[in-house]
Amino acid sequence: MSLLSTFRRVSRENELLYLFLHNPVAQVAALIALLCICGAAFSPWLAPTNPYDIASIDIMDSLVPPAWSDEGDSRFLIGTDDQGRDLLSAILYGTRLSLLVGLLSVGFACTLGVTVGLMAGYFGGRFDTIMMRIADVQLSLPAILVALLIDGIARGILPRDQHDHLMIVVLTIAIGLSLWVNFARTVRASTMVERNKEYVQASEIMGMHPLRIMLVHILPNIMGPILVILTVDLAVAILLEATLSFLGVGVPPNQPSLGTLIRIGTEYLFSGEWWIVIFPSAMLIIMIVSINILGDFLRDAFNPRLR
Amino acid sequence: MLSFIFQRLLQSVFVMLAVSLIAFSLFRFVGDPVAQMVGQETSIEDQENLRERLGLNDSLVTQYARFVGNLTRGEFGYSYRTRQPVSEMIISRLPATLELGFVSLIISLLVGIPAGIYTALKTGFLSNALLVATLVGISIPTFVIGIFLIYVFGVELGWLPTFGRGDTVQIGWWQSSLLSWDGLKSMLLPAVTLGIYQLTLTMRLVRAEMQDVLKTDYIKFATARGINYRSLYVNHAFRNTLVPVITIVGLQLGGIIAFSIVTESVFQWPGMGLLFLDSIRYVDIPVMSVYLVLIAVMFVSINLLVDLLYFFIDPRVRLKSAKG
Repeated sequence: MSLLSTFRRVSRENELLYLFLHNPVAQVAALIALLCICGAAFSPWLAPTNPYDIASIDIMDSLVPPAWSDEGDSRFLIGTDDQGRDLLSAILYGTRLSLLVGLLSVGFACTLGVTVGLMAGYFGGRFDTIMMRIADVQLSLPAILVALLIDGIARGILPRDQHDHLMIVVLTIAIGLSLWVNFARTVRASTMVERNKEYVQASEIMGMHPLRIMLVHILPNIMGPILVILTVDLAVAILLEATLSFLGVGVPPNQPSLGTLIRIGTEYLFSGEWWIVIFPSAMLIIMIVSINILGDFLRDAFNPRLR
Repeated sequence: MLSFIFQRLLQSVFVMLAVSLIAFSLFRFVGDPVAQMVGQETSIEDQENLRERLGLNDSLVTQYARFVGNLTRGEFGYSYRTRQPVSEMIISRLPATLELGFVSLIISLLVGIPAGIYTALKTGFLSNALLVATLVGISIPTFVIGIFLIYVFGVELGWLPTFGRGDTVQIGWWQSSLLSWDGLKSMLLPAVTLGIYQLTLTMRLVRAEMQDVLKTDYIKFATARGINYRSLYVNHAFRNTLVPVITIVGLQLGGIIAFSIVTESVFQWPGMGLLFLDSIRYVDIPVMSVYLVLIAVMFVSINLLVDLLYFFIDPRVRLKSAKG
């Protein structure tokens, strides 16, 4: 009996931890994701060379195959790209850029979506109608199209000489604006449910400011679905960034992200230099798969029907 | 029924107006149309005359009305980059994209539906292998799949062409690659690349729906009646999975059009996606805005079609709207 009551007292966070500790697949995925994040965050210290430093690059070192093949060079573990950059360093720096853009844009999408969703769900009325109409229209267009379009508009508005500096900001906004709808819809739906509960009514009667009710009382109760979308959309955002960079409308070429490296790699695929395209692709896939598995785990963990 | 259709039509019109407003503001406010059209030596006076002649000094409402009017008549203006009429550029590219999308949709349905039914009915090695394959298919980005296929079938094995459309047959203004062997061979890799993601979605959906339907009482009853399995699975079970499958197929068409941008770029397939990508790279606003409007037209009509299809497939929908 005492065991049962202990279990009943387990808070939501501990429950999540419990499920996590009994799910080896999620643990492996989390470990890999953590390794990717660490590798990306500490790339300036981990990477053998700095791929942004033009002085350290020698064009004579270009297109060196991986170290274990016959013409390999022990300095370059997995070979070099067309400009003689060490591929391992380029991948580490590229992952950093990809993750940075991914995290920033998802953060942006989340902030925007949660704000709109909370207000639409709490106040309802005309604001709700207008916002949801906009969301409907945007949802009928796939995210990649929206991101491409915003990217294109930004290129038209911004002066040409500032493109390269601002591209990362533009990418973040483009990807963020293409993903906010998911957050807004889910948060709106959850808020509408919470809004009718007694604790919200009690807070209203006590004369609390709506802003305080929304942020302090409702928001913590709807963190579950937000966290799930946050994880799933991080994978989507990284994928979008890679796709845009691959298409040549993403990050500038002197700051290679994973998508840019893959783009460079495809040009050398026909002449047999496979390593330039294989390693960045593998890195991208590993990162996305591990984030997706984590997202699935969270979704199942927060889904009351499955427990 | 009529009120339902009317309501859906109204919604479609609203979406189209919103999109055309975006397209118009793109056209009007991103960059100066006059500056794009004239050379540097044109005098300010001439520029002003041109501005007046193009109606750029009219009120914005008039301009927007004229813009929508031109769109409905198929007058899309001229590309800033190539100076060709946009309508000509689009028409020359449209068949390539539509054929590619059509073939990849066929591939995804022809493989996805049987595979979904199979994995729902049987458990075993093949079934598990298919399920793992779909997980991988969902996680790998489209362009990486394309590159991988190019490497294996184009570079290593050398069986299939990896870029362009190959030989095409001209039927009127429609350039078709479906009618020549070389064209079909060139189509195979891009169509598979584009279809794989949709295929995995179709398969998983059909599987999930089949599993749900198979648990129902009427299937148990039909089994007890001793109906042969083929008829049981196809006529009784699969038929009832059709509504969600059609919804997803409808949504997929949109996804196929969007992802054709990526696939066309990987395979240098001369379709609308490549045109749109070029227009973004060179800030060719007229092409961008027309592409946007066309895509919206496609999406809206697909959605409308899917909604109407429900009526013919699922009697329950008919009943509900008759009551409501």
